[in-house]
Amino acid sequence: MMYATRARQARPELFDDRPSIGERLGLAQMDWVLTLAAIGLIGFSVFTLGQATTHDVPGSPNYYVERQAIYGIVGVIAMLVMSRIDYSRFRELRVGIYAFVCISIALVFVFGFAALGSRRSFELPFFSFQPSELAKLLLVLALAGFVIDGARRGSPVRRTLRYLALGLAPAALVFLQPDLGTSLVLGVGTLAVMYFGGVPWTHFAAIGGVIVALIALVLVVAPDVGHPVLKEYQEQRLTSFLHPSSDPAGAGYQQDQSMVAIGAGQKTGRGNQATQTRLDFVPERSTDFIFAVIGERYGFVGAAFVLSLYALLIWRALRIVTLSKNRYGMLIAGGIAVELLFQVFVNVGMCLGIMPITGIPLPMMSYGGSSVLATFLAIGVLQSVNIQARLSRQGRFAW
Amino acid sequence: MYLRPEDRARPNRMALRIAVVGGFAVVLFAILFFRLWTLQIIDGPQNLAQAKENRMRTTKIVAPRGKIMTRNGEVLVDNRTSLALQVDPSKLPAETAAKNAELKELGALVHMKLPAVLKRIAEEEKVVAAGAPITVRRDVGYHLIYYIEEHPGKFPGVTVEKVFVRNYPGEDEAAQLLGYAGEISEEELKEGPYKGFEPGEIVGKEGIERSYNQFLHGTPGISRYQVNALGEPTPGGNLHSTPPIPGRSLKLTINPAMQKAGEAALAERGLPGAFVSMNIHNGEILAMGSYPTYDPAVWTNISTKQYEALASEETGAPLLNRAIASYYPTGSTYKLMTALAGLENGYVTGSTVVEDNGYIELGTQKFENSEGAVNGPISLVHAIEVSSDVYFYKLGARMWNNNDLQNWSHKMGIGDPTGIDIPGQVEGLVPSKKWRDELFENGETDRPWSQGDDVQLAVGQGDLQTNPLQMAIAYSTLGNGGTVVTPHLGKEVLDTAGRVLREIDPGPRRHVDIKPETRQLIMEGLHLATSGPGGTATPVFGEFPIPIAGKTGTAERSIFEPNQSWFISLAPYPNPNIVTVVTIEKGGFGAESAAPANKQILEAYFHNTLKKESEEGTEAAEEGYEEESSLEGSTEEELPGEESTGEEVPLVETGTGEGG
Repeated sequence: MMYATRARQARPELFDDRPSIGERLGLAQMDWVLTLAAIGLIGFSVFTLGQATTHDVPGSPNYYVERQAIYGIVGVIAMLVMSRIDYSRFRELRVGIYAFVCISIALVFVFGFAALGSRRSFELPFFSFQPSELAKLLLVLALAGFVIDGARRGSPVRRTLRYLALGLAPAALVFLQPDLGTSLVLGVGTLAVMYFGGVPWTHFAAIGGVIVALIALVLVVAPDVGHPVLKEYQEQRLTSFLHPSSDPAGAGYQQDQSMVAIGAGQKTGRGNQATQTRLDFVPERSTDFIFAVIGERYGFVGAAFVLSLYALLIWRALRIVTLSKNRYGMLIAGGIAVELLFQVFVNVGMCLGIMPITGIPLPMMSYGGSSVLATFLAIGVLQSVNIQARLSRQGRFAW
Repeated sequence: MYLRPEDRARPNRMALRIAVVGGFAVVLFAILFFRLWTLQIIDGPQNLAQAKENRMRTTKIVAPRGKIMTRNGEVLVDNRTSLALQVDPSKLPAETAAKNAELKELGALVHMKLPAVLKRIAEEEKVVAAGAPITVRRDVGYHLIYYIEEHPGKFPGVTVEKVFVRNYPGEDEAAQLLGYAGEISEEELKEGPYKGFEPGEIVGKEGIERSYNQFLHGTPGISRYQVNALGEPTPGGNLHSTPPIPGRSLKLTINPAMQKAGEAALAERGLPGAFVSMNIHNGEILAMGSYPTYDPAVWTNISTKQYEALASEETGAPLLNRAIASYYPTGSTYKLMTALAGLENGYVTGSTVVEDNGYIELGTQKFENSEGAVNGPISLVHAIEVSSDVYFYKLGARMWNNNDLQNWSHKMGIGDPTGIDIPGQVEGLVPSKKWRDELFENGETDRPWSQGDDVQLAVGQGDLQTNPLQMAIAYSTLGNGGTVVTPHLGKEVLDTAGRVLREIDPGPRRHVDIKPETRQLIMEGLHLATSGPGGTATPVFGEFPIPIAGKTGTAERSIFEPNQSWFISLAPYPNPNIVTVVTIEKGGFGAESAAPANKQILEAYFHNTLKKESEEGTEAAEEGYEEESSLEGSTEEELPGEESTGEEVPLVETGTGEGG
């Protein structure tokens, strides 16, 4: 199991036990492809915001760029710090993490700052903190711990139900904010952890059946009997992608405009002639619809580049799942990878008109401190799994 | 290191699960790439075109309609800007409940109840061409703009637009002549003069507004600019614009003093009636009016109810221009036609004396002079002076079978369209043997043409249907020696700076050969009628300082109603420049109401001369009339009632160079 590396062989015996700075930072064991993909994405985000959102905020021409750049730098630092922490600690802290997730989300209802009809964030100086973004990571960390520790308690069915209950409680809270998109991400994260935790396929089949039934209930039955679960705008957003052009003035309009914007970018983009995204035909261009901005400004070349970076990111994340030295690392890496995949697909799919409008940001591209920071922390956790795996293969453990 | 079994990674079982997720990821990314390719590469050009179209807005900039003025520049119609609350029905909520809720709230802002708003929209939808916004209310306040802009999304399909609205500084002056302008209707878009116009455009619907629409209607401008998603113009986004060209102004031939005098004359009598005063040399209408009248400002916001009231018999149909659109018998004013036919066809001469014993008998019918007058032996001139019916009965009776009277009537313009430049005139009817016999053959009347019919026609009674304008044409044709002029109200088309772009002069319609002696005799008779001792209008015009020729008429319309009063003047005598016709329904004898009203119009025409005379004494008449500079007639040379024939008065039309 243990063998010496060539590097160690080359080192003078005297300093054998003193790791270099690079080693101390874990740089040697980091997944550099993953790091570069993440930095490439945040860099492209800052670049795009710099070109597309100048003068959006009166009196502060570089509002979005400057802030996103700061979030990016803080995010990269946070990723490096996180990568040095042995993720196994989170397993021990699972109850505390889980409690923090639920309480922070609940507190938003009390102290939260309402924007566009929904309470999602705390208003802090310089920053409005959105607990549900962080919850995407923390729920995975906590739930994976519960899965590992509860692996032998109860029957498989009871276990499955317990995981579901644990995962869906915060998701439900977020849903009530209301923030449909994030609650879906939390749900998917929960299912991903369960999946990698070995919940039988038959259980997933049952869960799938229940989800289909629930969708039918929420979209068809509940409104018919007069107790709609979704708010009207939510329902319209969810279903309008099925018939995007039927009502240019309604919910489908935004998506329609987004598709036109991306299509108008053609091969190499329209640059500053990008009227669709510049003249507000596409809404939320700095956040949810930033992919439309990229598509229109930089064309297929730019959009495909961004998609490739995401593909790289997901590939590396899944690779880390396979490398993980223990099941906990596998579960959290798997949960994070699937959450990222889900967010990318739903957001880009929304911009391309093949997925409903759910208000899910594009990780590391959409403007927003909570989202950027939470995503980098998640990548930091992935790095940690990677570092720990490589150290363990090298016969060394984190200190 | 020891790992508990559950902590150990289990590559074999996990490998499958990870592979499944990996495969899933590949599929999802493939979908995204494929979709991206479709949108950007395959459908790229269409999307680009759509994006370009999105940011462009083309709006029409309304051009104000031209002004309408009197001949001396007094404005009768111009424009004012008004804020109109408009609704685009296609953009209102589709569900009735939501739509009504919105309209109810909207109505509350402009103090209209929901039913009123709905009714208004329903009414307008019938009138306005499809696709054009519907004006719910005009002249709303500025606060409404702010309110609606501050609540975007609350009032979909509702806008407040600045529009041009016709403004009438002259109030009801010349209301029936001006007509009105309104939004183009569905039918008008499809055919007629406005085919090819765009929905929502304002076009002339009646009167001058309609007939001169091609000048009054400006050319809308076009503005193409870049907008954002809210439709707001973006800075520097003006791509192209063509400014609107305002409509041309139109100067009418109307003399405002005469117009006002005529309208006042009718109004003070309070009876339905009409007047027209026309330059006999070129057909320029100096005044034309109809009573009752109305304020055309009502058109800016008219309701169906108001419109029906304006058109109904009960209110006297103020919309009706009685000067051109009425069917009247004319009474004795028609004797002009009879005299012409008699003289020109040789039935009588100036010296032919007819015995007037107060009546004639035709079979069982007895036709009497009015008021039972008996004039004894009488020649044409005096028959006109005293308006002997018997003289003309006999003349009519002699012509009854050969259409001579009818021919001359038509020659003089009776019973035919006059060619006037506003819509709505009626043709009228000169009853003839052919006409009545045909009706009789078809069983539409109880008897064929008889001598009595022609006798009646000879004095302007019976089946005759004509109107003041046709009578004005007839008298002017006599007055100018045989030229049938084209009556017209348009005088000049001006640009906005007031430069004349086009003079409107339709020219004469035709010439009628009238022997100078014939004209002389009739004119003399007409003059005596206003000045001779037995003249029917001498009580009215005897003291009038300017000699005129004129004829009273008293038309029987029904035995239950008072007679219709007529007076037609040619002034000044002997070389007239203007013809003035006044008729007043139920006005009684010609001299009773129409003649004094006629005199009021003439006073306005001769205003300057009359003022000088009153200031300097009656001898000052030679100095001439301000407007009629070529007049040389001196009043003293005329000895009314003495000479009947023989004197050669030159028929040279001295007034032709003078438009007045």
